[in-house]
Amino acid sequence: MVARQQVLVLYLADSALDSAVIAWSKYDGTGREVNMAGDSEAPPYESGLDALQHGWRLIQASPLIDHVPGSEFRTGYLRYEFFFEKILEVDDGRTTTA
Amino acid sequence: MAEPQLLDSSDMARFVADGYLLMESVVPDEINRQFMDDIGYLPDDEITDPRAYYGKLMMTSSIPRVRAGTPLDHAYPASGAIANLLALPRVRGAILSLVGESPVVDHHFLHVTFPPRFYESSDKPQVSQHTHQDSTIDPRMAFDIQLMYFPHEVTVPMGGTRFVPGSHLRIVSNSAIGRYQNIKGQRHVVCPAGSLLVLHMGIWHGGGLNTSDRLRYMFKIRLCPTERQCRLWDDSDLPNDHYEQRAIFWTDPGEARDSLHAILMKPQGWYEYDTGRLELMNRVKLWRYLLGDEDFDADYWLTRVENEY
Repeated sequence: MVARQQVLVLYLADSALDSAVIAWSKYDGTGREVNMAGDSEAPPYESGLDALQHGWRLIQASPLIDHVPGSEFRTGYLRYEFFFEKILEVDDGRTTTA
Repeated sequence: MAEPQLLDSSDMARFVADGYLLMESVVPDEINRQFMDDIGYLPDDEITDPRAYYGKLMMTSSIPRVRAGTPLDHAYPASGAIANLLALPRVRGAILSLVGESPVVDHHFLHVTFPPRFYESSDKPQVSQHTHQDSTIDPRMAFDIQLMYFPHEVTVPMGGTRFVPGSHLRIVSNSAIGRYQNIKGQRHVVCPAGSLLVLHMGIWHGGGLNTSDRLRYMFKIRLCPTERQCRLWDDSDLPNDHYEQRAIFWTDPGEARDSLHAILMKPQGWYEYDTGRLELMNRVKLWRYLLGDEDFDADYWLTRVENEY
């Protein structure tokens, strides 16, 4: 049995973990699930808090950064990015327990 | 040649707000068939290897090699499929309205998306293209357009181009956004043959996964303006009250849902609460640029932060 990581990235509507999911990505280290761009139209969870309540562990949150003078109104990358993980036990490349 | 049909002010406001215009079935079947012949199209069952097929297309296609910076009017042979579609009144009118009389070609490319059977003997998995913004970081107010031409019907399983409405004003660096797999409100092109998607250069997009049994074709041309993009569309329909402000946080049942202010101020469902407001401000800035008039505002977004004595 070996441990493998599943990673869920949620982009939220503001910096609060209980705000709505506006974008999402998933990477499955168990190989059980294949995820890719454009593969789903509805978010897997309503909010970051909803993901916590479904067993995901928060491992990183994007910091709040002061605005650079002259660029206060510029928009770019999604701002409120939260990384979650689950660790699953797998055997011979196949998931056996969650 | 028939007179070009310029965009109207509502079309332009939608382009400013959403970053795209979709013209379904704008290209007639005759030109679609001509295009497939021009590119050296082979029936699907005669193709075994994607790389070899691309090589054949490059060798046999009558699509010309076009050097970057070539004037659009000189880029394509007269009477060829591409020249014919560019001369269609609605297509010509959209190009004139957005990038003016004398745009130049940045590049063009024929995208072919292959169905699953082409990957069965490959060591590469069949995956969709990562979300990206074309070219590189581009903070200009002036903009290029990209024409995406779909010469045949695109069904859901064919994995038509995925794009994110309203993402065009975000300043990012090409594939740096590849981490974003799904964004609320993303669209996938599903369209009849002969449809044209006109994109602002900044739109986030990516090729879809073709799970059908047919090849999918899309021809893209990037066009750059050679003039200031100011009132190039048919602005004769701009209303007299265009510069008047609306009452903020006031729901007026009498206000038309398609008024220019309403179009410009309609947010996307994926906008963050705070940056969604910045998006509205940046739309006003672009509308001012297109009007050639710094006095315009909507919902007081810019007037408020410019009020300094």
